[in-house]
Amino acid sequence: MPAPAFHVKIVPDDTMRWGLTPETCTGSAGRCSANSPNQLESRSRMNRIDKTFAALKQTGRTGLVPFITAGDPDAAWTTAIMHALVAAGADVIELGVPFSDPMADGPVIQKSSERALARGMNLHGVLELVRSFRSEDAQTPIVLMGYLNPIEYFGWERFAGLAAAAGVDGVLLVDCPPEEADSVRPVLDQHQLAQIFLASPTTTPARLAKMAALAQGYVYYVSFAGITGADRLALDDVHQKIAAARKVIHAPLAVGFGIKSAEQAVALAADADAVVIGSALVEQLALAGDQEAAVRAATRFLAPIRSALDAASKLKAA
Amino acid sequence: MLEPIEAPADFFTQPDARGHFGPYGGQFVADTLMAPLAELTVAYEEARRDPAFIAELDKDLKHYVGRPSPIYHAERLSAAVGGAQILLKREDLNHTGAHKINNTIGQGMLARRMGKTRIIAETGAGQHGVASATVAARLGLECVVYMGATDIERQSINVFRMKLLGATVVPVTSGSQTLKDALNEAMRDWVTNVHNTFYIIGTVAGPHPYPMMVRDFNAVVGREARVQMIEQFGRLPHALVACVGGGSNAIGLFHPFLNDREVAIYGAEAAGHGLDSGKHAASISAGRPGVLHGNRTYLLCDEYGQVTETHSVSAGLDYPGVGPEHAWLKDTGRAQYVGITDDEAMAAFHQLARCEGILAALESSHAIAQAIKLARTLPRDQLILANLSGRGDKDVQTIARLEGISL
Ligand SMILES: Cc1ncc(COP(=O)(O)O)c(C=O)c1O
Repeated sequence: MPAPAFHVKIVPDDTMRWGLTPETCTGSAGRCSANSPNQLESRSRMNRIDKTFAALKQTGRTGLVPFITAGDPDAAWTTAIMHALVAAGADVIELGVPFSDPMADGPVIQKSSERALARGMNLHGVLELVRSFRSEDAQTPIVLMGYLNPIEYFGWERFAGLAAAAGVDGVLLVDCPPEEADSVRPVLDQHQLAQIFLASPTTTPARLAKMAALAQGYVYYVSFAGITGADRLALDDVHQKIAAARKVIHAPLAVGFGIKSAEQAVALAADADAVVIGSALVEQLALAGDQEAAVRAATRFLAPIRSALDAASKLKAA
Repeated sequence: MLEPIEAPADFFTQPDARGHFGPYGGQFVADTLMAPLAELTVAYEEARRDPAFIAELDKDLKHYVGRPSPIYHAERLSAAVGGAQILLKREDLNHTGAHKINNTIGQGMLARRMGKTRIIAETGAGQHGVASATVAARLGLECVVYMGATDIERQSINVFRMKLLGATVVPVTSGSQTLKDALNEAMRDWVTNVHNTFYIIGTVAGPHPYPMMVRDFNAVVGREARVQMIEQFGRLPHALVACVGGGSNAIGLFHPFLNDREVAIYGAEAAGHGLDSGKHAASISAGRPGVLHGNRTYLLCDEYGQVTETHSVSAGLDYPGVGPEHAWLKDTGRAQYVGITDDEAMAAFHQLARCEGILAALESSHAIAQAIKLARTLPRDQLILANLSGRGDKDVQTIARLEGISL
């Protein structure tokens, strides 16, 4: 290496102190991207998610959205479980794409991801499961739920193309708030994949408004500040928060995190368009020893919640 | 893949308002964390502009940590190597024995300023856990440290040190049960307890503002070094060298020199058993960009984007990601990142011990090894400044075990 020419530059101590100019350091509160041109187009198209929520609204029913991890307890059982969930009253299925570092998930879904990964599940396999499910069910919307990195490594273009072809309707990227969605949105739009956002009790009104502008499909309202499966559901609190979010967000609201029983689901149905149930179901499936047992567990878990929701909505209508 | 980035005129302009260093960094977190991160960003921006906060920080850095740390000319080592002069920035002389305390003092004071009564931290080797427990004791705050179950077994002395300092150490049994999983678990705690809890991240990783804030608190190292070089040697160094785990000691040294283009910059990553072995932790040298722990950066993953287990003889470098600013410095060409194997680091550890009477941390030994390699290629009148980020006392048991010696 040649000896570089040498100058001693003395930088004023102020800049040196933090090495930052004031402009670089303003607060980080949300600034969202402008809508991409494709977005309006994809929104105007009636996809499976929109159709489902429109039908729910028309019939006055509350949507039921179970979450399961693709490939857990066994990849060979996943589509059978999905069909059983639909038969038991699921309106949308959130299919978890397992990730090694599920930062927003509690122990139940962490373990579920670990089991699926240990058995070799990957994004290819997830899309294969969707394709296989879709060959027998053309109606039920499927939303892939997971973290960005598996898709980053797979490649966005490739993912979006294959996912749309397999019959995926939307994606919920847990670690991709609207502020970071600029680069992925055009690709998803191009393939008519809805991007479902998370909102939570800590979302500021300003961010809720921006989210409302970007929302596709539905908005997943996280019922408390915490991780999936936690025992922190405070119904009164959620009631008020959802009512506030409602004023801003016009897309359907699905509420989830910590819902374990039909009673809780019914209580939330008063405010929400749909309820999402994940950990409690995943926990039941994990106990199953074979596919038949898993299918039975799925049905036994979901059917009573469906009946309770329907009974409640009939009461409301009457 | 990402396109090469043009080097900017001014390296001090990063990150942008949302924490991006070029295409890296950002806030890739679940919605629930966006508000706490915004609150933290505002609190930090206020604190760093508050002369009273800065004065208190400076006071503690001087009287509690023992700053400034000296620059020591390793003359016998330089002579033995037979090339450029090797200078050491002695972060090993800090209270608790590493650079980590520069950051925990700053974040601890910020926690108190924000009215938080409980601090949490993740730790791998236990150094950041000890530095966090230390500051918590000093400020009278409750402290919970998340540590992978595997690491707890490997680093029992540091676990005991944390307990002596009054911290609770929580074993993390998810995933690979190491540092990355400890970070996940600390984030889960934070999102749940944010009303009273401050999360002190131990390196320049995580979502914005952490990479910026941790850099700023560690940049005291480079600021001092820049002044000391001029005072002691009448010039800036020809090259800087530091080890890179998450990259906090490295960015701390590098940052104040980034606009001094004539100063070459080298980051030493842990090449473990070799970059081709699959058993290493060299995220920049051998990884690809992706998203982990709230930021976009270089990662070590399998082809499906699942984060892989890493290996290094030094637990503190055993991390599958790297701070986003390093990813950006790599792509702009401002810094070079090289792999140093376990064996090279061990050899450097011994050579420094024998020539200078200094036991370096195994992490820092990676920087020493790179400084030695570089010195061999440069004339005697050139100056290489290496960050001796920590002392090796914590590693003596590991070294004995590796070399088959029973104590
Ligand atoms: C002495 C020492 N140096 C370096 C590191 C690596 O961290 P970083 O790359 O953030 O400086 C550690 C981490 O534990 C450490 O203890």
